[in-house]
Amino acid sequence: MSTTLLAAGSATEHRGLTMTLFGIFVLATLGITVWAGRQTKDASDFYAGGRGFTGFQNGLAISGDYMSAASFLGIAGAIALFGYDGFLYSIGFLVAWLVALLLVAEPLRNSGRYTMADVLAFRMRQRPVRTAAGISTIVVSIFYLLAQMVGAGSLVALLLGVNGDAAKRWTVVAVGALMVVYVVIGGMKGTTWVQIVKAVLLIAGAALMTVLVLAKYHFNISSLLGAAADASGKGSSFLEPGLKYGATNTTKLDFLSLGLALVLGTAGLPHILVRFYTVPTAKAARKSVLWAIGIIGGFYLMTLALGFGAAALVGPKTIKASNAAGNTAAPLLAEHLGGGAGSTGGAILLAVISAVAFATILAVVAGLTLASSASFAHDLYANVIRRGRASEREEIGSAKLAAVAIGAVAILLSIFADKLNTAALVALAFAVAASANLPTLLYSLFWKRFTTAGAVCSVYAGLVSSVLLVVFSTVVSGKPTSLLPHSDFHWFPLENPGLVSIPIGFLAGWIGTMLSRESADPAKYAELEVRSLTGLGAH
Amino acid sequence: MDNLPTARPAPPDDLRAIERTEEFQRLRGSFRGFAFPVTAGFILWYLLYVLLSCYAPGFMATKLFGHVNTALALGLLQFATTFAIAAWYARFAGRRLDPAATAIREDAGPTGPDGRIAPADRPQPADRTEAVE
Repeated sequence: MSTTLLAAGSATEHRGLTMTLFGIFVLATLGITVWAGRQTKDASDFYAGGRGFTGFQNGLAISGDYMSAASFLGIAGAIALFGYDGFLYSIGFLVAWLVALLLVAEPLRNSGRYTMADVLAFRMRQRPVRTAAGISTIVVSIFYLLAQMVGAGSLVALLLGVNGDAAKRWTVVAVGALMVVYVVIGGMKGTTWVQIVKAVLLIAGAALMTVLVLAKYHFNISSLLGAAADASGKGSSFLEPGLKYGATNTTKLDFLSLGLALVLGTAGLPHILVRFYTVPTAKAARKSVLWAIGIIGGFYLMTLALGFGAAALVGPKTIKASNAAGNTAAPLLAEHLGGGAGSTGGAILLAVISAVAFATILAVVAGLTLASSASFAHDLYANVIRRGRASEREEIGSAKLAAVAIGAVAILLSIFADKLNTAALVALAFAVAASANLPTLLYSLFWKRFTTAGAVCSVYAGLVSSVLLVVFSTVVSGKPTSLLPHSDFHWFPLENPGLVSIPIGFLAGWIGTMLSRESADPAKYAELEVRSLTGLGAH
Repeated sequence: MDNLPTARPAPPDDLRAIERTEEFQRLRGSFRGFAFPVTAGFILWYLLYVLLSCYAPGFMATKLFGHVNTALALGLLQFATTFAIAAWYARFAGRRLDPAATAIREDAGPTGPDGRIAPADRPQPADRTEAVE
């Protein structure tokens, strides 16, 4: 249903070109992976890329890890269809980086080693805290992974112009297999280089399209906006808040909830946090966030031009006919900018942008698989199951096995959940990260009296409340777009749980600490503070 | 209590002694004095923007010039303030935090297996080097 336009257009005729570009990217990244794998010898290489990346390289890799297909295709599409309200997303995604810059990146780099739980468990009893942090890491990563892979299935099928469920399934299997190969063979070094290559491709592709769009309007932003508003059929309200979230008081609250989850979630996403371990010092971690803010901010400004450009040049009607959620707005715009459907220029630009979107998905899923398998091996296997007695070789072996298992689970879930709303899944991952991970991380770093009981309460309360609220929302039941459209057991009015579950996460950490029988060890906190602020004894 | 342990090999004690020094307390104070209020500030500024988008559509629809309205201008201002705060922190950290942290590290002497301060969890050959950028 959603494949009509592209499938009928030049995508089918020029499928060969798109496939060739996909193939070149896959071969090049596999080459990088094998090269990186040869250099991966110990745990620090596998988990942290040998801590040898520079701030600039890591800034690119962070951007490559963060700018998912949801941001490239999703935000451009949302702006093309909902105008200003689509733009709101990207602001939350960007401002969130200041939390990471000011409060999290440097202390984490200084006091941790391989995973988020290293910092959470630093002054606590290891097993309960690592178990909780490991579980929440894996849950957040799986939600995020599902969103990317479900998206990849329909997207690649759409971009290649192939129809039917079988094609989607094979795409999901291929994406899953590739991400496992990147992680198992290349470890953090391979994954980082894949993300760097992808970030450069994505920025270059977006910049090229932005210049082409702006040139059509003689670099006059106001006339681009005017043309977008005219073509949208909604007039000036297209440029004002409210088209998507302004309908009722509930949708307004929902937007507030989403905004909170976006701005507080980033600094709790495990696959982002582990990237800070790949540089040698806290100062380099700071530089990587600064580069990431510049790159990601610049990219979101370009999506603004792409989204309004797609609305003005392609038109919402054509975009909706191709994909109801607007996910193909950017590829359709590329085709238009290249000379339109049927032209060679259009086909080439469409193929290039499609290949960039594919690269985007692969780099993000590889980062997620690495973060979750590292947490399984380092937190759950080595420290909880084997109580710190596993050898380094055994630990890495278990990480590789975990990557294969997580890949298999993600492939299976994605195939069965292919009707799931991917945007809701990403927002959910951010909400869980903001409710379960961020409160615990901030309390651990900055609150002297925080205890093991507080940490465990905070993680589980944030995790359980955010997941349960989604289960009882219209994401799962009660609406035609729900996961189970034919049953209705929803009672929670919002689609995003953040507004309720984030305060629950913070509150639970405080209550758990106040009620716990043991008190915090002030000497251990003094040690953490000195390490996190000075970098003494950092790995 | 206040004299630094000198010959004792037990690593955490050294760190705990450092925590009590005036130098460290000053570093901690300047970090928190910057990071906490600035974080509160940008989160409130962002929430204000979200709330205006939800509940003040009339104000946000005001045209400033051409087709650019308040909503769009405030959104772009969020980008600008994010870049500015990041640059401000980078400058502050380079001038106030890094020299203090380096001084404390140098006073503490060598780290790693031969030094007195072991890495955080299982001791490992120290692999930290200064950033070469």
